Amino acid sequence: MSKDYKDNMPISRQKFIEELRRYEKGSVSRRHFLGVTGLGFATAVMAGAVPGLRPSKAYAGNLGDKVVLATWPNYHDEANFEAFTKATGVNVQVNVFGSNEEMLAKLQAGGSGWDVFVPTNYTITTYVGENLIEPLDLKQIPNYEASAFDPRFAEPGTVNGKVYAVPKDWGTTGYVVNTKHTKGKKLTTWKEFWDITKTDFSGRTMVHDYQLTTIGNALKYFGYSFNSVDPKELADAEKLLLEVKPHLFAINSDYQPSLRSGDAWMSMCWTGDGKQLNSDMPEMEYVIGKEGGEIWSDFYAMPKGAPHSAAGYALINFLLDPAVNAKEVLAHGYPVGDSRTNALLPKELLEDPILYPAKELLDTLEFGAAATLTDPNRAELLARFKSA
Amino acid sequence: MQAKWINRLLLMPATVWLLVMLVLPLIFVIVFSFGERAPAGGYIPAFSFEQYANLPARFTAFKNTLTLAPLGTLAALLIAYPLAYYLAVKANPKWKTLLLVMVIVPFWTSILIRTYAWIYILGGRGIPHLLEFIGIDGVRLINTPFAVLVGIIYGYLPLMVFPIYVSLEKLDKRLLEASADLGSPPLRTFRQVTLPLSIPGVATGCMLVFILLMGEFLIPALLGGGKVFFIGNALVDLFLQSRNWAYGSAVAATLVIIMLVTVTLYMKLVARVGEQREDVSIL
Repeated sequence: MSKDYKDNMPISRQKFIEELRRYEKGSVSRRHFLGVTGLGFATAVMAGAVPGLRPSKAYAGNLGDKVVLATWPNYHDEANFEAFTKATGVNVQVNVFGSNEEMLAKLQAGGSGWDVFVPTNYTITTYVGENLIEPLDLKQIPNYEASAFDPRFAEPGTVNGKVYAVPKDWGTTGYVVNTKHTKGKKLTTWKEFWDITKTDFSGRTMVHDYQLTTIGNALKYFGYSFNSVDPKELADAEKLLLEVKPHLFAINSDYQPSLRSGDAWMSMCWTGDGKQLNSDMPEMEYVIGKEGGEIWSDFYAMPKGAPHSAAGYALINFLLDPAVNAKEVLAHGYPVGDSRTNALLPKELLEDPILYPAKELLDTLEFGAAATLTDPNRAELLARFKSA
Repeated sequence: MQAKWINRLLLMPATVWLLVMLVLPLIFVIVFSFGERAPAGGYIPAFSFEQYANLPARFTAFKNTLTLAPLGTLAALLIAYPLAYYLAVKANPKWKTLLLVMVIVPFWTSILIRTYAWIYILGGRGIPHLLEFIGIDGVRLINTPFAVLVGIIYGYLPLMVFPIYVSLEKLDKRLLEASADLGSPPLRTFRQVTLPLSIPGVATGCMLVFILLMGEFLIPALLGGGKVFFIGNALVDLFLQSRNWAYGSAVAATLVIIMLVTVTLYMKLVARVGEQREDVSIL
């Protein structure tokens, strides 16, 4: 490299700072400067981050001022977090994830800083086996009343007789389709989902960035089990996924924005997103593939060494208060297995076919299997599909 | 003697930093790359070349990176050079500082937020919607390699503008007058005087942008919709989804080797151009 280049760099930096100083001393008003540079906005944001300026209130016991929650997109009522902060002085910091694998990876790497997270049924035995979560101290969660919960959706939280996780809500994984673009055709199967993606819906379909559902629902195309780890069946699924990939709009578990803007017309979809979309845009139809697919239940759990565990317990307990939980359901649109909460919900919601699909559809669905979470072939298949 | 000790003492922080933050992690990466994925994900020690043998499975990601990174660098250069030239040579000195600040101002907002803005600009309600008004239907921009390229140019432009600006700013204007006096038309003056003298800035800018682009993952993730995969995205996936640290390390080590080779070749090329230029200036 030439000599003058090396001479250049420090001079240029000095010069640059001088230029900036001159600008600061210059004729432009402070207000204009803040506006133009975005500094005004930055100051406002920083002020919000100073603990002394945040709302706080005395609460029984010292909970600290922060709790970190790792959860899924569009999964809570923001107003409930605000109410929690008002009542306890604890701010809720929310981290959003797109797959259970991502959550597991963060916990395996250590130092996640989470206090509470939301794992799905099939992952909990692995977390226990890997020694990554703590059994819950149920005395600190008086709002969890085991007898009120539907055991189907609560049982996966108990491993070896110890309760590691308490149920949040449950749901199904189907797909949502914008019927404005289906030319009157009614979609009912996973086969149609994949086939129409390759033709009329080319460039308009989204799939999850998530091995369980994206591979599982590709397996359903061939009539295999959603949970298959059979190498031959996975090879078929991979072939389908690679064939479909050029026709996809995106691979992303946060699909609501693209569906709402009209860029995407169809996406793999969880119950609550289907309900939220359908409420705002009636042309959005939630479909459970006739061949089957996933039924699941999500839980609140606490990682080992949660830095603010007292606040974590307080948050779980708060969110399981039936009155609070009912507000959660109204916001996220997922059914809960808690009879006390359901008693507070409007009748239409308890009869909504998106939340409570017909029995013959439900019967075909499978709970995710623990093996899929750690199976190296499924993990590598999805990674290969994405980087193809 | 004392001065020597002071020198050593002053160099300590940088040395410790380099050892802890660069050398040590690099050793980890190399050791891990010969290992295996633990049953539930992670790493178990082993000595196998299996991870390296599996590299072709990430061919497309390497290919995307190795085409879009140079392409993005070139495009940024083609846009940055005239801009830097205008700022350094043509702009009214009264406005120069303001114009420079305007080039920097976007840097004061997070790249994440600025890239999100592009999702809306390139999405169905943005530019394609405007194009419909003038009768061009069915244009799709978001989640294409083109969108990623736009994001790259936008995000990295200032890094290209400043080094070029500095080298043009330093340019001795008397040389231009001399060239004109000796009967050289403007275009030839540019080609034979301005351009060669700004090569150090161009070289620095290209290097800065290229090296950062090789590791880019945010822009392809947001503007490529998970479909235009860079090697950075493949790495994020391997560590944060499939939890295959061994394979991830092998991919990372390969990327480091590719970078070393390209950057060395590039430096050699720049050095040769530099020598030629000095020969010319002696003449």
